[in-house]
Amino acid sequence: MSRGACDACLRRTWLLERLAGHLDPVRARIGELLTLDDDELIAAVGGSQRDRIIGEHEAFAPAAARERCAAVAVETICRCRPAYPAGLRALAAPPAVVHLAGDLECLIDLPDAVAIVGSRRASPYGVAAARSLGRGLGSAGVTVISGMAGGIDAAAHAGALDAGAPTIAVLASAPQRAYPATTRGLHARILGSGAAISELGPGVSARRWMFPARNRIIAALSAMTIVVQARSGSGALLTAAHADELRRPLGAVPGEITAPLASGPHELLRAGAELVRGPEDVLDALFGAGVRRVAGCDRAPLAPGLQGLLDALADGRDAGDALGEAGLDADGGLAALAALELAGRVQRGPGGRFTVL
Amino acid sequence: MLSRVITFAIDGVQPRQVWVEVDIRSGLPAFTIVGLGDTAVRESRERIRSAILNSGFTFPASRITANLAPAFLRKTGPGFDAALALALLAASEQIPRDGLDAYAVFGELSLGGELRDSPGALAVAEGARRAGCARLIVPRERACEAALVEGLEIVAVSSLRAAAAVLAGGEPPTLPGARESARPRRSPPDLDDVRGHQAPLLALELAAAGGHNLLLEGAPGTGKTMLARRLPTILPPLTRAEAIEVTRIHSVAGVHADGLIGDRPFRAPHHTISAAGLAGGGSPPRPGEATLAHRGVLFLDELSEFARPSLDSLRQPLEDGSVTIVRGQRSLQFPTRFMLVAATNPCPCGFAGVDDRCTCGEIELRRHRRRLSGPLLDRMDLLVDVRRPSDEELRSPPRSSSARARARVARSRELQRRRLSGTGASCNGEMDVRMVRQRVRLDEDAQAQLGRAYSMGMLSVRGRHRILRVAQTIADLADHPRVTGPDVLLALSLRQRTAADAAAVP
Repeated sequence: MSRGACDACLRRTWLLERLAGHLDPVRARIGELLTLDDDELIAAVGGSQRDRIIGEHEAFAPAAARERCAAVAVETICRCRPAYPAGLRALAAPPAVVHLAGDLECLIDLPDAVAIVGSRRASPYGVAAARSLGRGLGSAGVTVISGMAGGIDAAAHAGALDAGAPTIAVLASAPQRAYPATTRGLHARILGSGAAISELGPGVSARRWMFPARNRIIAALSAMTIVVQARSGSGALLTAAHADELRRPLGAVPGEITAPLASGPHELLRAGAELVRGPEDVLDALFGAGVRRVAGCDRAPLAPGLQGLLDALADGRDAGDALGEAGLDADGGLAALAALELAGRVQRGPGGRFTVL
Repeated sequence: MLSRVITFAIDGVQPRQVWVEVDIRSGLPAFTIVGLGDTAVRESRERIRSAILNSGFTFPASRITANLAPAFLRKTGPGFDAALALALLAASEQIPRDGLDAYAVFGELSLGGELRDSPGALAVAEGARRAGCARLIVPRERACEAALVEGLEIVAVSSLRAAAAVLAGGEPPTLPGARESARPRRSPPDLDDVRGHQAPLLALELAAAGGHNLLLEGAPGTGKTMLARRLPTILPPLTRAEAIEVTRIHSVAGVHADGLIGDRPFRAPHHTISAAGLAGGGSPPRPGEATLAHRGVLFLDELSEFARPSLDSLRQPLEDGSVTIVRGQRSLQFPTRFMLVAATNPCPCGFAGVDDRCTCGEIELRRHRRRLSGPLLDRMDLLVDVRRPSDEELRSPPRSSSARARARVARSRELQRRRLSGTGASCNGEMDVRMVRQRVRLDEDAQAQLGRAYSMGMLSVRGRHRILRVAQTIADLADHPRVTGPDVLLALSLRQRTAADAAAVP
């Protein structure tokens, strides 16, 4: 049996779910706590319910746990099985069981995977960058891994799906349920061609400690972690710190020096992270310069007038100034902007702001 | 003794003929009014008594019964006072009874016997002409308005005494001339006050030419309201029939009291308005802002701040060009053919797209777009971003004057009328799906561009129709026999992005 989960690992998962409420107040030390074995963990956080939990722990019925997973089509792989993702074994506390909704194959034969993480409150620039990274890496055969939160995470997944590539969402809570609920549509699409995985089982709802715990899984699954936009103190930087501990390469997408959202990536760049200007930079860092190329990145050249307008927009001019710079009047200019949009080179956002793709 | 006189009740904005009958019998002195009147009608007894006595007539000390027929029609307001008083004077033989036959009477009385200004005189005059009356007695303030109806002699009097004198065979007083407005008329807004704003001005002209509803999106203080106010100045002028229609509505609503309205109405209700205030309603039902904007422009500033029920109440008016209000036994129709112009901030903080001042997250942006009612956005063909003009633009010459823009609009409307003859629509904005398919002709380039946009997922099916309608108007303004590629591109640039369209491009 290369997949499935053994009784001991299911019991461990049950314990984490049972202690979910006890772990929240001590989430600052969650990394350390997860390395404890079952008895030590109960002793450390069980509190007044310690004896009861020990009793329940002994009476745990693995068959019922397996049934609960099977009922919602969630598959399991425990750390005792050969199919368990090799990357996770590098962790100090590898998840006992990986619960998976979607396509199990994409996790077992996990090729070179790259994590793209960042802020939930991303700017249009960050969203466009994450999406084009996801699309480029996906089309080059790299599996994109992220946390399916709003903003950067969602854009990275969407980019990979654009390219028709499988992508893996690592969730904090139950894998078969979309969290947050606003990502329902994305969750369904990810399950269609990739997978959503979680350390915890199908009945668990999210608690705060699960998010930092989840971040270590994202870092460990990936050969490289890229931070697109993150304010200092952001969860994305925690993921980057885990990756660094595991001695995996880090990448960061630069932003404007004045933007707080760029402060996280800029810190990483100063500490030696790879500069990521596009999917090519990631591929070069992973496989060596020029070994793998992004498929279909050659774009048809634009008419000279449109190229001038695109350059002005790419330099951060707002639409009106860019039209002036390109010497276009209102009628011709608006048509030119639509032509760029049709060519897939810009995207129109709220307030008439155009993001160059 | 019995006497009868014709007057009119106003039902919605339509006149309904009412017979006022007064019967005087011997008996204990009493004065009763029957015929489904409201409180104002019941109170008119006191006004009539004082007015008659103060005008030097006598009030008969007998049993007086007044009836307002037909009895099933609910009658509201003080407009029956004058008719009741004159019928009473005729019944008590203080004025000749047969003198009343050729007259319709309308107006409220004061205790002193003056005829007070009463709203709705134009509607009453139209009713009087239709009922075949030769003369209409109205308060002097409403003379100009009532005189708009041809084939009816208007007797404009200022008091009950004067009305009685005319009925007794005296010369009717001469009609007053149009009143000089108390405050000096400000020069109307004009497009040549506007500097910069190239794209919004283009969108305004397209909206006017094709009768498209327009959404202006832009940060606070960029000039959205200023631009919207100038839309009526480039719409084709009101025809006489339209002007009378507008005047009747405004007169009934009591917001206008002097002659014919020449300018297209511009209504800008505050965003706290209720559904009844916007679409019409209340008891008795009164026209709402949508009806007051009939043949003009309804401007909704801060669209996302309007209550959802208020916005949803605009769906029927936009769809049908009229609103039906059903109250108990009866239903009323108010006309509502207006152009809708709305303005909104692009995001909750208002500064999306302005440098990096916007502090809204993706979720807030999504919530903001959801607040804008989907069905309403579906009815707005054009969306244009209004930006703060640069210093250079502020010093540049204006794009066009209202007069020149109006001429272009009129020419393109003529083209549309010819193309759409026999379809029931008069401009591109009114084309339905079938008319779009039958009457809009694209050249090859336009086909290709549109096909590309659609297959890229930029448009929903309904969004595609909007593009076709707008592209046709662009082609009409530019005198293109067929819709060209650049026309389609321009239409795409000014396209509305509803949830259905936005879902296609997350």
